[in-house]
Amino acid sequence: MRAIGVLAALFGALALAGCGGGDSGSDGPLTVYSGREEELVAPLFEKFTDATGIDVEVRYGDSAELAATIAEEGSNSPADVFFAQDPGSLGAVDAQLEALPSKTLDRVPERFRDAEGRWVGTSGRTRVLVYNTERVSHGELPGSVLELTNPEWRNRVGIAPTNASFQAFVTAMRLSLGDERTREWLEGMKANGARTYEKNTPIVEAVAAGEVDVGLVNHYYLSLVKEEQPDAPIANHLFEAGDPGSLVSVAGAGVLGSSDQAEDAERFVEFLLSDEAQRFYVEEAEENEYPLVAGIDPPAGLVPLDEIHGPDVELTAFGAELSSTVELLRTTGWLS
Amino acid sequence: MAAAGRRPPLALAVLAGAVVALLLLPLAYLVLRVADGGGRALDVLWDRSTLRLVVDTVLLVVGVVAAAIVVAVPTAWLVTRTDLPGRRVWAVAVTLPLVIPSYVAAFCLLGFFGERGLLQQALGVERLPDPTGYWGAVAALTLSTYPYVFLLAQAALRDLDPALEEAARGLGVSRLRSLARVTLPAIRPSVALGSLLVALYVLSDFGVVSLMRYDSLTRAIYVQYKSLFDRTPAAVLALVLVGLTAIALVFELRARTRGRLWRTGPGAARRARPVELGAARWLAVTWCGLVTGLFLVLPAGVLLYWLGRGISNDRRVVVPWDEAVHSLGASALAALVTVAAAIPVAVLVHRYPGRLARVLERLSYAGNALPGLVIALSLVFFAARYASPVYQTLALLVFAYAVRFFPLALSGLDTGLARVGPRAEEAARGLGRGPLATAWLVTVPLVRSGALAGAALVFLSAMKELPATILLRPIGFDTLATEIWGATQVGAYSKAAVPALLLIVLSAPVLWLVHGDRGRLAESGG
Repeated sequence: MRAIGVLAALFGALALAGCGGGDSGSDGPLTVYSGREEELVAPLFEKFTDATGIDVEVRYGDSAELAATIAEEGSNSPADVFFAQDPGSLGAVDAQLEALPSKTLDRVPERFRDAEGRWVGTSGRTRVLVYNTERVSHGELPGSVLELTNPEWRNRVGIAPTNASFQAFVTAMRLSLGDERTREWLEGMKANGARTYEKNTPIVEAVAAGEVDVGLVNHYYLSLVKEEQPDAPIANHLFEAGDPGSLVSVAGAGVLGSSDQAEDAERFVEFLLSDEAQRFYVEEAEENEYPLVAGIDPPAGLVPLDEIHGPDVELTAFGAELSSTVELLRTTGWLS
Repeated sequence: MAAAGRRPPLALAVLAGAVVALLLLPLAYLVLRVADGGGRALDVLWDRSTLRLVVDTVLLVVGVVAAAIVVAVPTAWLVTRTDLPGRRVWAVAVTLPLVIPSYVAAFCLLGFFGERGLLQQALGVERLPDPTGYWGAVAALTLSTYPYVFLLAQAALRDLDPALEEAARGLGVSRLRSLARVTLPAIRPSVALGSLLVALYVLSDFGVVSLMRYDSLTRAIYVQYKSLFDRTPAAVLALVLVGLTAIALVFELRARTRGRLWRTGPGAARRARPVELGAARWLAVTWCGLVTGLFLVLPAGVLLYWLGRGISNDRRVVVPWDEAVHSLGASALAALVTVAAAIPVAVLVHRYPGRLARVLERLSYAGNALPGLVIALSLVFFAARYASPVYQTLALLVFAYAVRFFPLALSGLDTGLARVGPRAEEAARGLGRGPLATAWLVTVPLVRSGALAGAALVFLSAMKELPATILLRPIGFDTLATEIWGATQVGAYSKAAVPALLLIVLSAPVLWLVHGDRGRLAESGG
């Protein structure tokens, strides 16, 4: 019986500690659903609170799972802001997002935001080929992602077909080269023995370990893995201009139409595009992302964004195109 | 057993019915989603790839259940019925893997056997066989589930009346044959129940199949959910999982009831005299050492290695105490709530057997093969719409745990109640005690050990739970599991090692509850 007393006391204590959930009152803290990892973006939220005095509560999760959550919550969503890893997750719930003010939108180039202004890119990343510097010579590196189906790359490539960033790249290939060419490439990769991984990090680790020689990933995973294994023999390679393999994509944010703190929510998105927050990506963040606002230079060692010419595609379309991409991945045997 | 067909008190039936109805919420959600999709649902169902997924999933379940039985049953026999040296220590050591989350187990196996893993570094060879895929998934899932079979088999072997085996031996049957013809059939119901728990776990697990890159239904459901726009395919595949659960339940019921052995003599069963292993004892010790080494020492060793690497790379080691308190608190509440909810169902099943009891008991398993993500999204759907005051509160999280882990509580109570004859209760009633007083004075003390065991199993599972926790926890309510997840998301294994080790260390003492008074009982045997 004493155990029950203890548990009852515990319940009380935890209820106090855990309260505040479910609360979407207008004077409460701002609620942000963040598909971006706490490891990477937590300091940004602190900076925002320091700058504005607005408290922020963050629910961290996987971008797609959080998008599914927002969709299930419907108009009762406690979220004020959705801060996502990819345009696909933002696009999936764009019907629930409200248009952002143009002074916020205009901070970034048009190609990095929603055509109807419902979400805006907050930082950039490029698709790259990460390679093992001991097993691949510089001269051997391919100019186009399409070359990876050639025999010399047999059993040497790692990809992550279940991962949102890979799927976004496939969408880019579909939109720039067409479904047929993309299907051929996917089938070619299958025939060429490309190995699958769950996400970008394991691919970079596998390249570092020599399990595969090259992998298709976002550029910033290199620095994350180097953090854990400083001597890993790995480097990034950019494909040539216009190649779907050099897609430039964004992480971004939008304000929920159901938010009752829309003003604070907009201030938050505006803050993400402030010089201070943009400089954070350059100066402090571990992950080496690109700032998107003009006049702020990228981290040292990265090719500037305007020198990278990815495929000519609209990020706005990525949400709506995702199911066709998944279907193509399924019929080519990459997804079950 | 009570006389069949006795009508249960209305209050009990209503209570048990209400509990089971709440457990079925995720199913209701899936039906709604499938109905949304209309005819598309059938296309998904008849798709060839769905059939392949079902086959691959069944193969995985069969493989893990078989491996769990092979590991658990001989070990349980050795520690309960023989003079194995150090059997009390072994009995605890082989249950400890229960506290290792299966995704951590998979990480550790990959860290050891994988490319540039510890084994490869130690051997200094260029390449080892790929540890991912079917066998990797079987190994990691066996590691985290065989203790269910072990615990139930151990309890059954301990309670088995030695007179049965002695009679067989007296009739000139060899020891091996008596083992096969008497002992194993006698513990079959317990092994079947343990296997059912293993099967449900395997059906619902996402972490292992994802890390081991094995295409099971759960993995496909996650992929479908992440394609975001169309939720029908995911819902259809989830309902297929429910179908597989139904099949597993049928198998379990058959194994449980076919050829059951009962002792008929009066009084309590004696303790069995331990079998003398003789020279084979060292073989037996080697076996237990192998099981413990592979399933406990290896993962713990890999975690310690990662921790050491983090420290030598000058990464800051922060002990997540707040997260530990959150994990412990939420899991303790989950244990309490789930056992409390399981009591009416268990009492109904054992004291008022009949169609109602049977249907409710079987239905309570229906949602248990569903992945945590599906359960979480279904509760998001209902709570955000119809119960917004509890949405994203601790109460809803605890409720989600109860939905996921109900059968564990039920299995604990089951073994407890099965051991208490209704005659003891009838005697109390005959002596003029009211029903409540009887429950309090007779039933409660007698099922206490079963309730504690069930509570402990729920607690341990809730400590490890990840997918539902991520979506349903109150904002900022980080747990050890979410800490591990956050660190592995960015590949920071040295950072993940601290919460993982803390999770294991904090969970381990709870295993004593599962063991209950077993150590002492084993001592008094013979």
